[in-house]
Amino acid sequence: MINKTIKNAEEAVKDIGSHSVLMLGGFGLCGIPENCIAALLERPLKGLTCISNNAGVDDFGIGLMLKEKMVKKMISSYVGENKEFERQLLSGELEVELIPQGTLAERIRAGGAGIPAFFTPAGVGTEVGEGKEIREFDGKLYLLERWLRADFSLVKAWKGDTAGNLIYKGTARNFNPMMAAAGRITIAEVEELVPAGELDPNAIHTPGIYVKYIFQGSNYEKRIEQRTIRKT
Amino acid sequence: MLSKEKIAQRIAKEIKNGQYINLGIGIPTLVANYIPDELEVVLQSENGLLGIGSFPTEDQVDADLINAGKQTISMVKGSALFDSAESFGMIRGGHVHLTILGAMEVSENGDISNWKIPGKMVKGMGGAMDLVSAARQIIVAMQHCSNEGKSKLLKECRLPITGVKCVRKIVTDLAVLEILPEGGFKLIERAPGVSASTIQEKTEGKLIIPSEVPEMEFE
Repeated sequence: MINKTIKNAEEAVKDIGSHSVLMLGGFGLCGIPENCIAALLERPLKGLTCISNNAGVDDFGIGLMLKEKMVKKMISSYVGENKEFERQLLSGELEVELIPQGTLAERIRAGGAGIPAFFTPAGVGTEVGEGKEIREFDGKLYLLERWLRADFSLVKAWKGDTAGNLIYKGTARNFNPMMAAAGRITIAEVEELVPAGELDPNAIHTPGIYVKYIFQGSNYEKRIEQRTIRKT
Repeated sequence: MLSKEKIAQRIAKEIKNGQYINLGIGIPTLVANYIPDELEVVLQSENGLLGIGSFPTEDQVDADLINAGKQTISMVKGSALFDSAESFGMIRGGHVHLTILGAMEVSENGDISNWKIPGKMVKGMGGAMDLVSAARQIIVAMQHCSNEGKSKLLKECRLPITGVKCVRKIVTDLAVLEILPEGGFKLIERAPGVSASTIQEKTEGKLIIPSEVPEMEFE
């Protein structure tokens, strides 16, 4: 079996250059590639385009990359929780493209699946539809949306094997599987890396074909944005 | 005038057995607290879960299990997890029966605005545009008027819209209203102690008042 294993996050991100287009998995802070983000912060990068559902918070996730002024453009569906983001956006340092969440997910899926464009009802009659082709199918209007692809996709999984097969946990799956397929080079970080053959092939979410490099991450913080609990 | 909890409680009466339901952030999330025990329904979270349970206890908290509002949650028995493309596939595909969400404005033909205020920091639409473009039934939960006292039930939306001709029912702190296919808000129920003329005063769009408009009933 092809071995995709590399040593650590530092080695994983060493070929990422300034002005690259990156996809980063996660929804909020759930399922984000923490180790790769930390390693990127150690590199003198600028002008990155980041495709990610959210933009982290001020002191965690993509928020840390914003603080280092590495990001030129964010492509997201919701960017609410970040003051530095707001400052850079209002000052014109940062460009942002907001996309309906389902359209974002499908554009990434299309990118990985070789579908250059598709029609969706989301955004018809709104600002999102301005300048886009509209077509009627069976009496309803749809927008033409194009695929998204990236130079590098950084994804996070729960378990992975040396062949690059991935299994996610809970709602940490979110955008990770589609991004894994839509990156020219996909880097997977996992909480537990096992030899090929140890994961049940029936349970694999992302087949290893999409993954170029895999490494065992460390010191996962898994920060919680809204800790809500009940008493009993 | 109804509290947010009472609005949620009234909306819960719209829920039918066997439905798959997506609840938005804010008042819609509270609806989950009032779903009658005898109904079997499944709550969908667009970040990849069918079967949202209650908030976890301290020792059940799992950072890998959150709802679309980024709150920690639990799963009910029989839950299913999936990725975001699958999640919006089931939304756009019309498999989710009911979407309940908040709004800044609704127009008399069913347009909704809830994502952007010009001049203010725009946070994004999240999944709202996908949800309103495809759910079979959309109920809006909101205050009848803004904090400044301006009607939010309008002839036409003034804010950038989220979706066109998609809202069918609205529950506010004053009333339950239906949007008629030919346009206009039909008054279905009044909040206890609120008169139809008060509702008329606070509704800018076309309001249709039947001869008999009952008060909302709560158990």
